[in-house]
Amino acid sequence: MSYHNPHTPPRKSATFDDYTLAEIRRAAATGIYDIRGGGTKRKVPHFDDLLFLGASMSRYPLEGYREKCETSVTLGTRFARKPIQLKIPITIAGMSFGALSAPAKEALGRGATLAGTSTTTGDGGMTDEERGHSEILVYQYLPSRYGMNPRDLRRADAIEVVVGQGAKPGGGGMLLGQKISDRVAEMRTLPKGIDQRSACRHPDWTGPDDLEIKILELREITDWEKPIYIKIGGARPYYDTALAVKAGADVVVLDGMQGGTAATQDVFIEHVGMPTLACIRPAVQALQDLGMHRKVQLVVSGGIRSGADVAKALALGADAVSIGTAALVAIGDNDPRWEDEYRALGSTAGAYDDWHEGKDPAGITTQDPELASRLDPVTAGRKLANYLKVMTLEAQTIARACGKNHLHNLEPEDLCALTLEAAAMAQVPLAGTGWYPGKNGF
Amino acid sequence: MPVFDLSTTPLREFNSALRNIPEGSNDFSFEVLNPRGSHAVAAGIDTPVTVDVQGSVGYYCAGMNDGGIVTVHGSAGPGVAENMMSGTVVVEGDASQYAGATGRGGLLVIRGNASSRCGISMKGIDIVVLGNIGHMSAFMGQSGHLVVLGDAGEALGDSLYEAKLFVRGKVKSLGADCVEKDMRPEHLAKLAELLEKAGVSGVRPEEFKRYGSARKLYNFNIDNADAY
Repeated sequence: MSYHNPHTPPRKSATFDDYTLAEIRRAAATGIYDIRGGGTKRKVPHFDDLLFLGASMSRYPLEGYREKCETSVTLGTRFARKPIQLKIPITIAGMSFGALSAPAKEALGRGATLAGTSTTTGDGGMTDEERGHSEILVYQYLPSRYGMNPRDLRRADAIEVVVGQGAKPGGGGMLLGQKISDRVAEMRTLPKGIDQRSACRHPDWTGPDDLEIKILELREITDWEKPIYIKIGGARPYYDTALAVKAGADVVVLDGMQGGTAATQDVFIEHVGMPTLACIRPAVQALQDLGMHRKVQLVVSGGIRSGADVAKALALGADAVSIGTAALVAIGDNDPRWEDEYRALGSTAGAYDDWHEGKDPAGITTQDPELASRLDPVTAGRKLANYLKVMTLEAQTIARACGKNHLHNLEPEDLCALTLEAAAMAQVPLAGTGWYPGKNGF
Repeated sequence: MPVFDLSTTPLREFNSALRNIPEGSNDFSFEVLNPRGSHAVAAGIDTPVTVDVQGSVGYYCAGMNDGGIVTVHGSAGPGVAENMMSGTVVVEGDASQYAGATGRGGLLVIRGNASSRCGISMKGIDIVVLGNIGHMSAFMGQSGHLVVLGDAGEALGDSLYEAKLFVRGKVKSLGADCVEKDMRPEHLAKLAELLEKAGVSGVRPEEFKRYGSARKLYNFNIDNADAY
């Protein structure tokens, strides 16, 4: 009779998994935290956890190819003399020249213009190419004030005061020296090749009372023409939105933790801020409590990928959405055609996020002229326009199925949730029930 | 000379007039009465106008000034001449926080004292303060000159880039990466020029010390982490 002791296979810790162990070793070897681009990579409750109910006995749908479903949106109707008119409720989020190459910025402008929407500058000022190729351009007013000048303020179509960013609420930025070309250095008034720190707080105001006066100044300088947006990260959306309204915002831009950044500490991206889904209802509630819903427009960003996401954000009360990461993917970021080069950089297509190092094979997050020349801004712009149109068609398809003749007519009652978490965050019933956590105090 | 009494005239009307001078008009000099702490007075000037403000102003007076000559015959609230592009702003009294913040050009003269964060993130502006300045002044200063005839508060020039700082009195403490540097002939010449432009007499450039960036934090190095 043979005899052997049974044994269990080797078992790895769920707490100390392979990724965690590798990160500990990396930290021990280098002595520096991991810096990367993009938004959170962890799985968080998101729009995928919501479903539309569609038409039924109580609602009838609109005919897909016959009956109109409007998509236009006007931003900045509260105080600005010249509000922004968009054909679609999907805008391009702020991304800097510096973080992105000049052809990439041009492509975003071209694509947005073809689709009838706006694009946004970033931390580094406005370039002539960007202004020239963007019919509607939002100018970001950031703590660093790199490249800030009254001429660009006046030639912008709207001004976005950046208070926070979903990837790093409470954080500033750092553009590493290898991306500081002569032109980037000149625009930022700094020597070439040094790391450029972007402050986390504005230099000349603190708090909403000061911001109210700052906005008065910006309006005076621009003759009260431009809509003033306030961009906040997903931190305390109810109070932040209320305070933004109090400070005089025409538009609130709310960015959840899936929203990207050019470069920040991984620990910041993954552990600070709230998922986009959790931010929308509190922000809408703040607007409703102040009687400002639809008067101060709400733009939601952070993880918007498809027309379904657009429709869900709007159904929860947003007036528009904004895309950054998805727009970069549309113009060629992380494309498998560059797989060999991604591997040479120690990454793979779909995971490449060392945007701060300036070696992007796709020529998007770089200032290397040779790499940047790989991106044809005309073709890339066309791709972005196509993508924006597909998203819009998808959102319209859903809206018609819900019997809505405008995307803004979508409402929470059109939705149900697949998980308890999503039901609680979106405040829509768990599928098959009439209940969500917290409803009626339970 | 057009005179605007802000106790009876809306701010918008005054600021608009500064930027909409009728063609052929010779009225480039303006006087403001009763500012009473109004904010954004003379913000956004884009032509070489002269503005005399008879009294004290609130936040952001002469904000983003581009070519104007603005004199505040009183004191100024936070952010006077913030992001100035060119021109001259003179404050006869004291200035609150962030005077000349992020300024890119022009000359800001404060005849009294300036509070904290004077010249924060300055990007080319020249600032001359006849009195003292508060803490964290010239924080992250990128370019330009800050001249202080009196004393400087704590953490002067913290995280400084290429702005040049001259202080005649005591410096309570220097911020991260800010060090005292040799005063070379070109610095003495520049200082003399700035003092003259600011209308300061009886003070010699040799009485000042120069401070600038040690440039040790220009590129991130984990061994410098204690400095942050």
